[in-house]
Amino acid sequence: MTVTKAETLPVRSGDDVVRVRQRVRALAIEIGLGLVDQTKIVTAASELARNTLDYGGGGDMRAEIVQAGMRKGLRLTFEDQGPGIADIDQAMTDHYTSGGGLGLGLGGAKRLSNEFHIESTPGAGTRVTIARWK
Amino acid sequence: MTMDGTEVLKRTVTEDEAAILVGWTAALRDSGSLQSGRIREAELQTQAKAVLGQFRDALAAGGLDADSEGYASLRETLADISRSRAIQGFTPTDTANFVFSLKEPVFEALRRTSAADASALAAGVWAGGKVLDRLGLHTMEVFLASREEVIGRQGQEIAELSTPVVRLWDGILALPLIGTLDSARTGVVMENLLQAIVDEEAEIAIIDITGVPTVDTLVAQHLLKTVAAARLMGADCIVSGIRPQIAQTMVHLGVELNVVSKATLADAFAVALKRTGRKVVRQQTSTEERR
Ligand SMILES: Nc1ncnc2c1ncn2[C@@H]1O[C@H](COP(=O)(O)OP(=O)(O)OP(=O)(O)O)[C@@H](O)[C@H]1O
Ligand SMILES: [Mg+2]
Repeated sequence: MTVTKAETLPVRSGDDVVRVRQRVRALAIEIGLGLVDQTKIVTAASELARNTLDYGGGGDMRAEIVQAGMRKGLRLTFEDQGPGIADIDQAMTDHYTSGGGLGLGLGGAKRLSNEFHIESTPGAGTRVTIARWK
Repeated sequence: MTMDGTEVLKRTVTEDEAAILVGWTAALRDSGSLQSGRIREAELQTQAKAVLGQFRDALAAGGLDADSEGYASLRETLADISRSRAIQGFTPTDTANFVFSLKEPVFEALRRTSAADASALAAGVWAGGKVLDRLGLHTMEVFLASREEVIGRQGQEIAELSTPVVRLWDGILALPLIGTLDSARTGVVMENLLQAIVDEEAEIAIIDITGVPTVDTLVAQHLLKTVAAARLMGADCIVSGIRPQIAQTMVHLGVELNVVSKATLADAFAVALKRTGRKVVRQQTSTEERR
């Protein structure tokens, strides 16, 4: 698998979340994703960006266009140096929220993506990677 | 001869003020500030003349410390100019150049007055560079702060403008949402809708989300809250304009709105009319006439 394009965007304000969505939309179009898949990855990115901002205290998103054989994909990595998540299973559980949300963001992002990976170290930060393939 | 740069600079600016002004206005003219048509030459000249005069006085009163009391009125004048530049839509470069382009004619004048004394010339140039850089930065700080203010105000205006509540019929309201629904805007939307429900004694409010590009959990939560609040005010909500890709995404997210939803605003309106005991019929005569 090779990375054919990579860029990093800050996630430090509400406006940055809007920019993340716009950029992810543009990259999804660039790799030829259809309207439904575009909407899925943009929505997943919106969830993860807002978590990075609200719970992670801000961080950034790395966006990569990846190629595996003939297939193209969009891989997004959200990273923060916030408090981390002590119990990942609990955080992934639908309707669990510590911040008055719906508690559907992480589970939703997983269901909206082809690949989902989360690592977190309490006191050090959180990294979530998703990918959507054409 | 003295090597005190402040003295050299002060003397030069005082003695050579007229020539510096001529050089400065020429530089401003060449820098393109005028070409944009945002400011007239006469106005630019007046500003330059006022700033230079205050600069001369400030040097006498405050030396090189552009943050000192002696510079207060000059800083104020520059701030005014920056603010008006921000509002007039000048670029940051144009604005910064206003002060920075004073350097060249000042250095020019220093060369004339201190040609014979290299160390005085060097000291004067250093002093001039230091104080004008500081003033230039001050200009930029004010400019950027003003730009942010302008942008912030525009953002607020858009937030208010783009959330109209439309009265479709007696007791039937429509709220067409357009654009990003982030927290600040949603608050406004909700207030507008609830107020309109009270004012119009509305029974049904149609929330149309055709113009909302992404429905994520935050948007969904805002919608749920709005629907719940409307219900408390005695109005039922119908959500319309959920496009197929949004519907699919919402299913994956696991979000349920638990309200009646319709594909289009027109469908929702038909339901609302029906629920309030009305019916739209085609006039019999017009169909016959067409035959
Ligand atoms: N980057 C992060 N850093 C620390 N904690 C996080 C992070 N992301 C998620 N969490 C924790 O995981 C919980 C669940 O996240 P999830 O996105 O599923 O729900 P939510 O953000 O609370 O609500 P929603 O996303 O539905 O509006 C959060 O409430 C928070 O406690
Ligand atoms: Mg979330």
